[in-house]
Order: sequence, then C-alpha cells, then structure tokens
Amino acid sequence: MDKSNVKGFLEFVYDFYRSMKAHEITLVYEGEITHQITKAFTSLTESNMAKESEANSVQKKVFHVMVECLQNISKHADSFGSDDFLFAGRGIFMVSKGEKDYHVTTGNVIENDKIEELTEMLNHINSLDKEGLKQLYKSQMKEGRLSEKGGAGLGFIDIARKTGKELEFHFLPIDEGSSFFLLTSSVSRNA
Amino acid sequence: MEVIKIKGTDDTPNIILDKENGIFEISGRSLPEDVTTFYEPILNWLDDYQEEANSKTVFTFKLVYFNTASSKLILDILMKLEEMHENGKEVLIKWYYPEDDEDMEEAGEEYADIVDVPFEQVSYTL
Repeated sequence: MDKSNVKGFLEFVYDFYRSMKAHEITLVYEGEITHQITKAFTSLTESNMAKESEANSVQKKVFHVMVECLQNISKHADSFGSDDFLFAGRGIFMVSKGEKDYHVTTGNVIENDKIEELTEMLNHINSLDKEGLKQLYKSQMKEGRLSEKGGAGLGFIDIARKTGKELEFHFLPIDEGSSFFLLTSSVSRNA
Repeated sequence: MEVIKIKGTDDTPNIILDKENGIFEISGRSLPEDVTTFYEPILNWLDDYQEEANSKTVFTFKLVYFNTASSKLILDILMKLEEMHENGKEVLIKWYYPEDDEDMEEAGEEYADIVDVPFEQVSYTL
C-alpha cells in the first residue's frame, strides 16, 4: 500500500468501526467456523453478558441460538466455489445488542437449488405455534433425520422455540448457481 | 464389565457407567465437536450391558446444556434403556433439571413422552 492507499484504508477502518457502533454490533467474524471458534465466541459472549448482569434465562437463550447458528454454517455452508475461494463451512457471523433484543445473524453461500427446500422448511417452522414446534422437534428427533454431517433442521426448530420469534431470512443472488443466505434471530432482553 | 469414566469438559459431559457399583450417569454440558464419535462408545457399552444388565438400573441425566445434535444421541441412549425395560429389566430414568430451568424440564418431559420407560423428573438448586 502506498501512502494514499494507507490513508484510504485507515479511513475505511474508522468507517467500519462507526458502522459497527451504529448497528450495535458486539461481535463480527468472517471465515471458517470451526468448533474452536464456536467455543471461543460463545464463551466470550457469555462472559460479556455476565458482566452486564443480563438475566440468566437471556444468557442461556443467546448461548443456544449462537451454538445452533454457528453449527449450521460449519455443517451446511456449501463447499463449492472457484479455485480462489472455498466456501465450505465459511460465512459471516454477527452478534448485536440493541436496547430490547440481542440479534444473532449468519450469512453463508449456498447453492441455488437448495433455496426452495430451505424456504419451505423455514416458512413451515415460522407458521407453527409453540405446541406445533414442540411436536415437530419431537418427530424430527424420532425419525432421526440426522444427515451425515449431523444436522437435522433441528437447529432451526430449536432457535424458533427458544426465541419464541419467527426466523427472519433472506436470499441474495450471487451468480447463476449460488446465493447468499442470511438468517437473523432475536432474543428478547426482557426475561 | 469395563467401567466408563469420562471427565467432563466445557463442551462434553461427565459420564460414569459402572455396572458393579450401579452408577450410570451423564451430567454437565454436551456440545461435542463430533457427537456421533463421542457417543459411540457409550452406545456400544450399553449394548454389551444389556446382555448382562443388573436387576435394576437407575440411569441419571443431570445435564445443564445440550445442543440439538446431542439431543438425538440422548434419545438413542434412552431407546436402549427402553429396550432393556421391554426385555423385562427394571429401569428408571432420573432426569435432573435446575429448578429455574424450564427448558431442561420440558426437554425431560418430551423424552418421557417419546420413550416408554419409567421416568422421574427431579428438580435441584444449582
């Protein structure tokens, strides 16, 4: 980087910092989600929440949601891409803390032909009430539809149950074959 | 029979399976990196135990957290115990939950609904 580039870059860093502050982002990460990363992020967030004397039940919910979101990326983010980029198990992960809610947001690349199934599953989960979610969780666990990677859609159901809120999701097209899948869940700070 | 003793960590539970002393317990947190590999020896042990089970088996779950991937494996364990019960052995599941933890209490209720085996819920103070 020459001098003017350095200045531009540092200005970008400041803008980045300010926009993180503006969106109350307390944690942001892009890259491979490993088990170690999952452990580090959850314990960091746990200790931050404890420091801020967040209610126990809120802490537990945020922990649950973080673990399931991180595991979704590590197990399901698609492994394709050009020679330069491997998307397997990678994505963006963010935690933000507003006045009323915590938000846990993930984004990862997926193949377009998975969009329909994923949309159907998420819409179905969002259409269910507490009892419906419970029944779905039980039946999925019983059927044991665990994929080789150990996922089961159980994670999404669990997030919906723990937060008591709909899962907000969105797909942004990248190219003909792939899209960016964004999912955000909120945990109310009112225990 | 071999005794299984696994010391818990921040992501794996504490496990004791001791036929001779009649201790069967899983406690702590469960979110292992690879659930299938982690629980495989437990399930295998239970298969062997089933062949020569004690006249009464009290199996204790005292978990404070488990992820959804673990929930399926916990059900697998319960189903082995259900099988034992069906084969005429006396089996009792004791499901401990922290007194203020409704989710853990409910998780116990759900398992009790799924498997047909005597199931006792016990609340405790942390």
